[in-house]
Amino acid sequence: MSTQPRFAEALLDPEQPVPDGVVDPQGRPAGKRFNVYRNNVVVSLIDAMETAFPVMRKLIGAENFRNLAGLYVRQHPPSSPLLMFYGADFPAFLDSFAPLAHVPYLPDMARLELARRHAYHAADAAPVAADALSRIAPDRLMQLRLTLAPAMQILPSRYPVVGIWEYNMVPDAPHPPAEAQIALVTRLAFDLQMQTVSPAMASFLNALHQGAPLDTAFDSASAQDSAFDLTAGIVLLLQSDLIVEIHL
Amino acid sequence: MLDAQSDRPDQVPNRAGVGFKAQHLDGILKDPESIGWIEIHAENYMGDGGLPIAQLRHLRERFPVSCHGVGLSIGAEGPLDTDHLNRLKKLVDWLEPGLFSEHLAWSTHDSHFLNDLLPVPYTQATVDRVVEHINQVQDTLGRQMLLENPSTYVAFEESDRSEIDFLKEVASRSGCGLLLDVNNVFVSATNQNYSPEGYIDAFPTGLVGELHLGGHEADADDFGEPLLIDSHSRPVVDPVWALYEYTLAKAGPRPTLIEWDNDIPTWDVLAAEAARADRLLSAAPAEKAR
Repeated sequence: MSTQPRFAEALLDPEQPVPDGVVDPQGRPAGKRFNVYRNNVVVSLIDAMETAFPVMRKLIGAENFRNLAGLYVRQHPPSSPLLMFYGADFPAFLDSFAPLAHVPYLPDMARLELARRHAYHAADAAPVAADALSRIAPDRLMQLRLTLAPAMQILPSRYPVVGIWEYNMVPDAPHPPAEAQIALVTRLAFDLQMQTVSPAMASFLNALHQGAPLDTAFDSASAQDSAFDLTAGIVLLLQSDLIVEIHL
Repeated sequence: MLDAQSDRPDQVPNRAGVGFKAQHLDGILKDPESIGWIEIHAENYMGDGGLPIAQLRHLRERFPVSCHGVGLSIGAEGPLDTDHLNRLKKLVDWLEPGLFSEHLAWSTHDSHFLNDLLPVPYTQATVDRVVEHINQVQDTLGRQMLLENPSTYVAFEESDRSEIDFLKEVASRSGCGLLLDVNNVFVSATNQNYSPEGYIDAFPTGLVGELHLGGHEADADDFGEPLLIDSHSRPVVDPVWALYEYTLAKAGPRPTLIEWDNDIPTWDVLAAEAARADRLLSAAPAEKAR
């Protein structure tokens, strides 16, 4: 007899009765005993959400966050046993969650926290030596294609997401500026780094990441900002350990 | 094959080990003799890279490792998730753990992962399915696995045999070994109203490759009967230590894990639990034939 479909449905829906045939040792209906499993499932997933979204939790308060996460985990249980990436649907869930519409930057903060987690668990990749580009003949430089570090994450927002993140997580960080920000998350060895970049710099990095040669990436950045400084772009790539392979 | 890995300690010894938590890394490295081995939850090391995997690689050079899966869902009515099984193979291939274990439980339904170890009815159909899944795991990993006895809170009307008869048939048909969680025995025996010592008496201890100890919390059911919850959030209680000694007297010493996964204590507190298990292991009668 198949029991697991009814068991699974009742775990996530407290309105459903305890499935038939699930009993205590005397054969009486399991009642509260079944609720141990209900509680384990929901509480452990809420705990996973707390670990994953610490800034979200600070922004709306610990109790509000647990209530919000409780709604989320019932609607979007994990699709994989890899809980390190659980919560991928949380930004979209927040986009349409009317009671929090008055805090419009919350979905982007959830996106930023997810991006940081993906960077943290991304594949290790040794950067090229600091002088690797200077050893290339100048007339070939602009045709280079680069493989960028798998940890790189770029998140554009209409809100000061980096400023809000730092204000909540870094002691003595300044009040967030009232501006749109693009977050660049990178990793130096195993340590996450985060900074804001201009729209032109984001275009430059995205183009390179998609496999464009340096000249095309430069054109794409210059289209955003005619004053885009290629040297600044290359310095950023090197200082952030972003170049892991150079393709001549 | 002569490479850096050939000096790694592989076999998990008959000593106390702990479930590895990153906050204990410094404590472990300062006093490596305080434990004989570490256990990891496989699913926490299935990212592509980063600090967790680097820490595990570092520890693997110094300690024997037991790899404990929590997401295979061996008791599921549906097929095993082959993507997940392949991720597990990738981990086991580089980690080369001394032991690999999973649970007699299910945790996935349709495409959902429910993040708990859910119970199965003890019937012939469940035996057949679990044997098929264990065969698939052992064939894929190319090694024997240990199957852990569950902590349970409910029973199923359709069950027609004891947990021990169930485990014996699964082990005999699949060739798997068993992981005997002594705290789970105590929790289930209390919740299901049987004798924990009687369970140990009947258990095929010759098949046991590893023991687990952990903390539980006490509650009561709708009728006021005691209901213990396997929380891994507290010290091991004295009656479980006594049941552990009873188990060692029958089985001889076995690698013994202290599990503490929630409300995680300081390293000193966890190391003291490991030291207590080590004292009982040293006093246990010599290893019986397996």
